[in-house]
Amino acid sequence: MNPLPKSHPTAAGARRVSSGRYSGWRLFLEGLTGQRGWSRAWAKAAPRERYRVVIVGGGGHGLATAFYLATEYGITDVAVLEQGPIGLGNVGRNTTIIRSNYFHPDNIRFYEYSLKLWEGLERKLNFNAMVSQRGTLNLFHTEAQRDLFTRRANMMRLLGVDAEPLSREAVKERVPLVDLDNGRYPVLGGFLQRRGGTVRHDAVAWGYARAASEAGADIVEHCEVTGIARDGSRVTGVETTRGPIAADTVCLAVAGHSSRLAAMAGLALPIESHVLQAFVSEGVKPVLDVVLTYGAGHFYVSQSDKGGLVFGGAIDGYNSYGQRGTLPMAEEVAAAAMTLLPGLARLKVLRQWGGVMDMSMDGSPIISATPLEGLIVNGGWCYGGFKAIPAGGLATAHLIARHAPHPLAAHLGLERFAAGRTIDERGAGPFPYAH
Amino acid sequence: MLRIPCPWCGERDETEFRYRGDAGKSRPAADAGLAAFTAYVYERDNRCGWHLEWWLHVGGCRKLLKVVRHTLSHEIYAVGGPEDHLSLPQGLTR
Repeated sequence: MNPLPKSHPTAAGARRVSSGRYSGWRLFLEGLTGQRGWSRAWAKAAPRERYRVVIVGGGGHGLATAFYLATEYGITDVAVLEQGPIGLGNVGRNTTIIRSNYFHPDNIRFYEYSLKLWEGLERKLNFNAMVSQRGTLNLFHTEAQRDLFTRRANMMRLLGVDAEPLSREAVKERVPLVDLDNGRYPVLGGFLQRRGGTVRHDAVAWGYARAASEAGADIVEHCEVTGIARDGSRVTGVETTRGPIAADTVCLAVAGHSSRLAAMAGLALPIESHVLQAFVSEGVKPVLDVVLTYGAGHFYVSQSDKGGLVFGGAIDGYNSYGQRGTLPMAEEVAAAAMTLLPGLARLKVLRQWGGVMDMSMDGSPIISATPLEGLIVNGGWCYGGFKAIPAGGLATAHLIARHAPHPLAAHLGLERFAAGRTIDERGAGPFPYAH
Repeated sequence: MLRIPCPWCGERDETEFRYRGDAGKSRPAADAGLAAFTAYVYERDNRCGWHLEWWLHVGGCRKLLKVVRHTLSHEIYAVGGPEDHLSLPQGLTR
């Protein structure tokens, strides 16, 4: 809205950087000329003194919000502030799974919309995010669990989302590694969502950053927010390590640390921060061409394009901001892996890491206005933030631009807690450590 | 791995315990109103720093403990029974 202040010439200069269109033809041409024609994927912007919208957090949701604000709602006076470099937060630390196999109709619609956006994302961003719809297969191990999964699949199909039951034999045919008759929890069958799969997570961060920057947003790295400025009940901007920045709207997209940022504005959120671990094994030849989840414990696994098995389990289970996991959960995940896929017993784990999750009190995310005017929160993603990036970004952009919730995310407002309209997908009650 | 010094059983592995959440919340009076109850049931300080929390010693004495633990370093500062008033140390928060 405001003209560019004269004291920040670098910001104006940075805006003109363009990485050009990526294509196979260009790759071929660059191959002939020593790959010297490539420029930065996104401009390293210096922050200006004022923006219409400041997005705190340059992760998937923050970058996607900036991208959709510019391309769908025509708002380009936007800064995305990231405390470190782009791509090193949770967007680059997850297990890269996309799916929309939920039970609550509101959740199915929201995540299905996200899945549809994933399906067209690479063309839209002009970036290869390696979207791979290899299918997600949820196994069940008891009759009761079959009923529960059938009910969920029926809900999905009623809303036009793909879900199909697989018999024991079909599971074995699809995933020969599975030990159907393991001594503890024999596999009775599974449900397959063929359109689920995986996406290269770094490419999602880079692709959205590049496209948002190209569309006019400032991507400001190494700029940590240290305070939120208020004028009464109105938020007027942020304090950062690179000086104060004024804004009409401040959007928090810092899942994992939402409570800390909200506390700077004097707000308490229905969120606890917990650690979730993930693991990658050494690379092997293709053994698993689907995302597989174990129904008798919390364990899920897929094989990356490099050949490593990427797997994880449940949160460690107590409030933590430490980006590291503890051994009891690592042992539990390994035990589940050995029960389901004993053939993997000799594989070595190459890497293990922990990420900090916003665990909301009902297990569902928050895309919401707040009691403070001009403050928007995108958070509470629990385990499921990655798959929701496109829809989450779009819905957050809608909320910022139109001052009203996106129809597909209207159920994700903060007011649901006081109103008793929680979306408890798992039925675990207001205990974040139980979701 | 946390090692929690249970006042009744001594120091034990975290696997013997079950986490029961923030112990800093107390139930408002019955007529305190919707906002107070919403804050009690749903809102959490979720501090990055010293945290007062409930742990149940399910694999031991089955008693409920109050623990002061740091949510970044995981250091345990104090452990007591449910009636004990444990204070949070100053500093070491970021």
